[in-house]
Amino acid sequence: MTSGVHPECGLDAVSLLADPVRRAAYQAVVAASGPVGRDEVAAALDVGRTLAAFHLDKLVAAGLLAVSYARRSGRTGPGAGRPAKLYRRAAGEHVVTVPPRAYRSAAELLAEAVERAGAEETLYRVARAAGESSAAAAGDAVAGDVPGLLAERGYQPVSDGTAIRLRNCPFDRLAEQFPPLVCGMNLALIEGVLAGAGRDDWRSRLDPIPGHCCVLIEPPDGTSKNNSD
Amino acid sequence: MRFHLAQLNLARLRAPLDDPRLADFVADLPVLNGIADTAPGFVWRLRDEEAADATGLRPFGPDVLVNLTVWESVDTLRDYVYRSPHLESLRRRREWFHPDGLEPRLVLWWIPAGRLPTLAEARERRELLAAEGPGPGAFTLRQPFPAQDPNQPLPDRR
Repeated sequence: MTSGVHPECGLDAVSLLADPVRRAAYQAVVAASGPVGRDEVAAALDVGRTLAAFHLDKLVAAGLLAVSYARRSGRTGPGAGRPAKLYRRAAGEHVVTVPPRAYRSAAELLAEAVERAGAEETLYRVARAAGESSAAAAGDAVAGDVPGLLAERGYQPVSDGTAIRLRNCPFDRLAEQFPPLVCGMNLALIEGVLAGAGRDDWRSRLDPIPGHCCVLIEPPDGTSKNNSD
Repeated sequence: MRFHLAQLNLARLRAPLDDPRLADFVADLPVLNGIADTAPGFVWRLRDEEAADATGLRPFGPDVLVNLTVWESVDTLRDYVYRSPHLESLRRRREWFHPDGLEPRLVLWWIPAGRLPTLAEARERRELLAAEGPGPGAFTLRQPFPAQDPNQPLPDRR
């Protein structure tokens, strides 16, 4: 949900994250590679299971997290057969802009105009240059650190040992509407980040899979030493 | 009544198919057609007589490629178009195709399952989309419409 025109809607959801424990609970869920239960979140936060569940359910009610139920393998004892309540990031978006701004509407119009004008390759060049200069200007903490640079940009990178997958697409809704244009822009941006980070020998390409950013990044030796997780 | 989704898209070539600038596209085409043919929800695609594809058919102009296909649903078409190696080909389309003068380049419409669309029908649906914008009778991937009940008038069959 984009609520730039009605900031109070997004504000209700976002203000829930002001509580530090609740924010940590949210971050523990979105950082996980799949849906997680209250026990894992409680352990990550070092709080009781009841308190973890309280915060998780508040986040669900606000539309920030979504719930599924699944039987978890490897459990024994009483309750092992009961499906566990699992939490994951909700698909909805919450935007707060005060005063109201409608940048997404503007982005949709611009994207449509670029497509109609056939100016895709100009957009790719602009994106590549932007990625390169931003990575080159990055602070010492993440200089040359590709997962760190990508995490700073909201991609939520995760390495499987041979390649880096991006669990969040910062341009999700726009990419859904204009896939070739926005995924192409995103690929060019990431190519630029790799170049700006001095990692010209890393490769990136489109490899669309559901629920992830469409770009796959491959380090030269097939291993990523800098896993941000 | 069951419905299938008909899809027409057009692409104006920057150069003839045997030009080196089109080499990557020409090399990818059988691969992408092969992925389409085995993709979930794929029903049919137009071919030129005995040929493997429709590149020999130019009903919209001597330099305009035509792609006419049938799918079980919008989602299965979308998965092939945007969540397969086809996406990379779309990303590079400006290397091979002009954007000029072909709006709308893609049109979708529902047909009764079991019937195949004709190029004449595709032309009418494209004109409908151009004249009225996306609606139940002619729409786009960005703005799809659900299949209509059987009383929805279809264009004249020829």
